[in-house]
Amino acid sequence: MTISRNRSAEAVDVRVEDLHKSFGSQKVLKGVSLEVKPGEIFVLMGSSGSGKSVLLKHIVGLEQADRGTVTIGGHNAADPATRDAISTAMVFQAGALFNSMTVFDNLALFLREHRLCSPSEIRQRVEAAMEALGIKDAAKKLPATLSGGMRKRVAVARAIVMQPQVILYDEPTSELDPVTGATVAELISQVRHDTGATSFVVTHDRDLALGIADRIALLAHGELIFVGTPDEVRNTTDETLRSFMNPQVKAVPARS
Amino acid sequence: MTSYFKQFFGNLGDAVIMCARAIRYLPTLPRQAGRLLDQCLFMGYATIPLVILLSVSIGAVLALQIAFSMRDLQVNQFIGSIIGVAMVRELGPVMTAVMVAGRIGSATTAELASMRVYQEVDALTTMNIPPERFLVLPRLLAMAIVMPILTTASIVTGWIGGHLVVEYVPWINLSTEAYYQSLREFVDVEAFIDGLIKAEIFGLLIIIVSCHIGLRTSGGPREIGQAVTKAVVVCITLVLAVDYFVTTFLLGA
Repeated sequence: MTISRNRSAEAVDVRVEDLHKSFGSQKVLKGVSLEVKPGEIFVLMGSSGSGKSVLLKHIVGLEQADRGTVTIGGHNAADPATRDAISTAMVFQAGALFNSMTVFDNLALFLREHRLCSPSEIRQRVEAAMEALGIKDAAKKLPATLSGGMRKRVAVARAIVMQPQVILYDEPTSELDPVTGATVAELISQVRHDTGATSFVVTHDRDLALGIADRIALLAHGELIFVGTPDEVRNTTDETLRSFMNPQVKAVPARS
Repeated sequence: MTSYFKQFFGNLGDAVIMCARAIRYLPTLPRQAGRLLDQCLFMGYATIPLVILLSVSIGAVLALQIAFSMRDLQVNQFIGSIIGVAMVRELGPVMTAVMVAGRIGSATTAELASMRVYQEVDALTTMNIPPERFLVLPRLLAMAIVMPILTTASIVTGWIGGHLVVEYVPWINLSTEAYYQSLREFVDVEAFIDGLIKAEIFGLLIIIVSCHIGLRTSGGPREIGQAVTKAVVVCITLVLAVDYFVTTFLLGA
């Protein structure tokens, strides 16, 4: 698998500084700061409800911070003009594919709407992305008729067609079986290898994080409690991180 | 009470901003041509059979009621003028608006609310495709094009409904020539234009409210259903409320 590469737009860094966000009385993010280096795969982990997806939405400009800043390549992520300056793609947890369009039209939409290339070039780029991700046979299908794994692939394909400088993945392996999950993990590292884009992955999939991350961060109760390499995660003595990465299952025996 | 007004004016402000943003993208119209045509066809095909059915029925029943109520007064010759004016100035625009609210308003809110809930609107935003340009503008323009057509169809078929009753109900004792003669005497171009202006205002209100409610829906399937119900109720209430003021203004003008 090789994904067409276009390095005309360089990978950029992502900086989050002292980010606070509340919904009503619930404080979701309590002063999160982190830096993702250009071209890096940065995996953000945390238990459900820890604020991972909210942080991701701040990076892509779908949420406004109560306090603090998020910058992408030096541009304020909350400013709509940043979307003109920096190409950012997001792979949503459930795909967020346009259900009224075929797979092909889903992939071509960005290029068509922004008139980035001729119809023949659009076809070429979309077909190349579909070929790379093994979804060429699904070109004329509607998203609702696809399996979960296929939908993830289409969502990734739609992101890479945009030739982004930053790709954000929201729970890319959730709802997938372990084998398909591993394939999606490989896909993320392949996309980074071929496009050079900065990748920010939000997940609670330990195998995905340890398998592809350059650095891993752990978010707990709205605060970043750890940032390190996969090796540092494996060798950590931090009890919170250890218990998160190696949960103990205490099964209740069957009644005799 | 204060919070109710605050919410009302907040929503009004948001709807106006959404509409202004959509209009700002008017120069992108050439690339929206396909979507505009799709919306026009959807709105037209979805609504015109209902509008015709209702209008023929109302025109026919109105002719029957007027003839019956005035049978002792021997003023059958006014059936045409009453139906003519009622359809062109009031019933045509209002009935079309109610049909459009039920058929197009509900479908629009359901589609946009579903796109919002299932993050398709977020996906558009991250792709730097403003939802106001991609989703709202084609619907707004399609409604502006389709509403006068639907209203004209409603008015004309309402007249035809009255014609059918006059022709086939013997005790009414009025010729179709006399029916149309009377209609022509009271219905002029100005009345027709007034009716279309009303219809256009109703149509735009319906589509703005439906898009606005759809695009700010959050939650799940239950909230989508609630949004649809709310959109239809708000649209019909607004049409009826605005109707009085627009009529006053047009009659005064």
